[in-house]
Amino acid sequence: MLSVYNINVWYGAIHAIKNVSFEVNDGETVALIGANGAGKSTTLKTLSGLLRSRSGSIKFMGEDLMHMPAEKIVQNGLVHVPEGRRIFQQMTVEENLDMGAYTQPKESIAENLERVYAQFPRLKERRRQVAGTLSGGEQQMLAMGRGLMANPKLLMLDEPSMGLAPILVEQIFEIIESLHDAGTTILLVEQNAQMALSVATRGYVLETGRITLSGTGQELLHNDDVRKAYLGG
Amino acid sequence: MEFLANLINGMSLGSVYAIIALGYTMVYGIAKMLNFAHGDIIMVGAYICFCAVSYLGLPVIAGILLSVVGCTVLGIVIERLAYKPLRSAPSLNVLITAIGVSYFLQNAALLIMGSDPKSFSMILSLPALHLFDGRLTISATAVITILACVAIMVALTMFTGRTKMGKAMRACSEDRDAAQLMGINVNSTISMVFAIGSGLAAIAGVLMCAAYPTLMPTTGSMPGIKAFTAAVLGGIGSIPGAALGGVLLGIIEIFARAYIGTQLADAVVFAVLIVMLLIRPAGLLGKPVNEKV
Repeated sequence: MLSVYNINVWYGAIHAIKNVSFEVNDGETVALIGANGAGKSTTLKTLSGLLRSRSGSIKFMGEDLMHMPAEKIVQNGLVHVPEGRRIFQQMTVEENLDMGAYTQPKESIAENLERVYAQFPRLKERRRQVAGTLSGGEQQMLAMGRGLMANPKLLMLDEPSMGLAPILVEQIFEIIESLHDAGTTILLVEQNAQMALSVATRGYVLETGRITLSGTGQELLHNDDVRKAYLGG
Repeated sequence: MEFLANLINGMSLGSVYAIIALGYTMVYGIAKMLNFAHGDIIMVGAYICFCAVSYLGLPVIAGILLSVVGCTVLGIVIERLAYKPLRSAPSLNVLITAIGVSYFLQNAALLIMGSDPKSFSMILSLPALHLFDGRLTISATAVITILACVAIMVALTMFTGRTKMGKAMRACSEDRDAAQLMGINVNSTISMVFAIGSGLAAIAGVLMCAAYPTLMPTTGSMPGIKAFTAAVLGGIGSIPGAALGGVLLGIIEIFARAYIGTQLADAVVFAVLIVMLLIRPAGLLGKPVNEKV
């Protein structure tokens, strides 16, 4: 579904992503794990068109994304829920969801909205509330709901558990699993390697801009190097 | 009665500031830049209307329409040529470019129209209203200006609150990258905001010259700076803030002129800005947003 081949991304003089290649197949949940600054978010931003790779190729369902404008990439079904949620704080919950459906035809918006509200009943209760007044967990749900409003073929989640209390982290991962069970293809970026690998079909380990390991979620979870570096021994 | 007359004049002048300030604040909100050439768009708008009416003999309403269309196009062109290439440049570069555009427009006007002031008095020659047995006289221009400001505010509020484009505009001004991830075309949204702001500046230009009928290449700069002050007073980036700041500033200016002295009026206006920045730096309706974790 998505195949990334040898991409290289620079921030000015800093070579942030070095010859990264990976794949996501239809229906998979793929985890991209690694420490702070390893290049996980940079990779996602390159896929969604906010940053550009200087080489290689990015193919998504047969389309070349290397030079496609960000808004076209969303239209093609590759949807990015960014790190730090980045919801529109001064808009209401429902307006945020409307923005998520910006690329969608009018007829399908109501249907999508019902689906998102069924998945996140809390958002429905608060639909007239200004998003900046939501709690951290609710804001994460809103960010994910907003992503789902775009009818993603592949949903990219960047650090969905960041800054949340453990009980909320569990709740967010339950939601990720239920999205996976419903057939959504997911590319998950996480520092919480334990949680991410336990829900992932496959995973990749990113270290200082390079992919150093790959395997199924379970393989990586039991890999000694991964355990030492990311799972506390 | 004198108080009431001053209040109405203040509201009328304030409405002009408010309409200009709306352009400032919307452009700041979305492009995070102070478009110091905004004041000069007013001047261009007024010249277009003046030329259409006195040289081409068009009716006033056609002159106003032509001026709105002309300024809208001018706004889009300026953004495309001067500001868009600097989208990721430091904000100081953009600011200096804006000042450059401002001088460019003033000197282009000087070259084309000459330096002698043009009299704009033939616009809006409606009879004045006489109330309270003639003790209170309100000019038709003042009434039209205030009504225009109210209409523009209502239209903008509906636009930003109800329409897809308007919401996308708010989304872009809050978080440009996130808006892009929604599939919003940020470049065309910024273009649209420049178009709206410049169109409004044209209306402000015509209204202002109807009340103060001398038109020169530098006509736009002082009202431009005052409208900028109004936008900051109300909270830059906030649409209702710009309207409130503009009207307040107009009233303060007229009262200062009437009760303190003509020479000191501008000083009072800017003193209000300084006090405001000391007490409430975000402006009257501007709100600092905190990130939640």
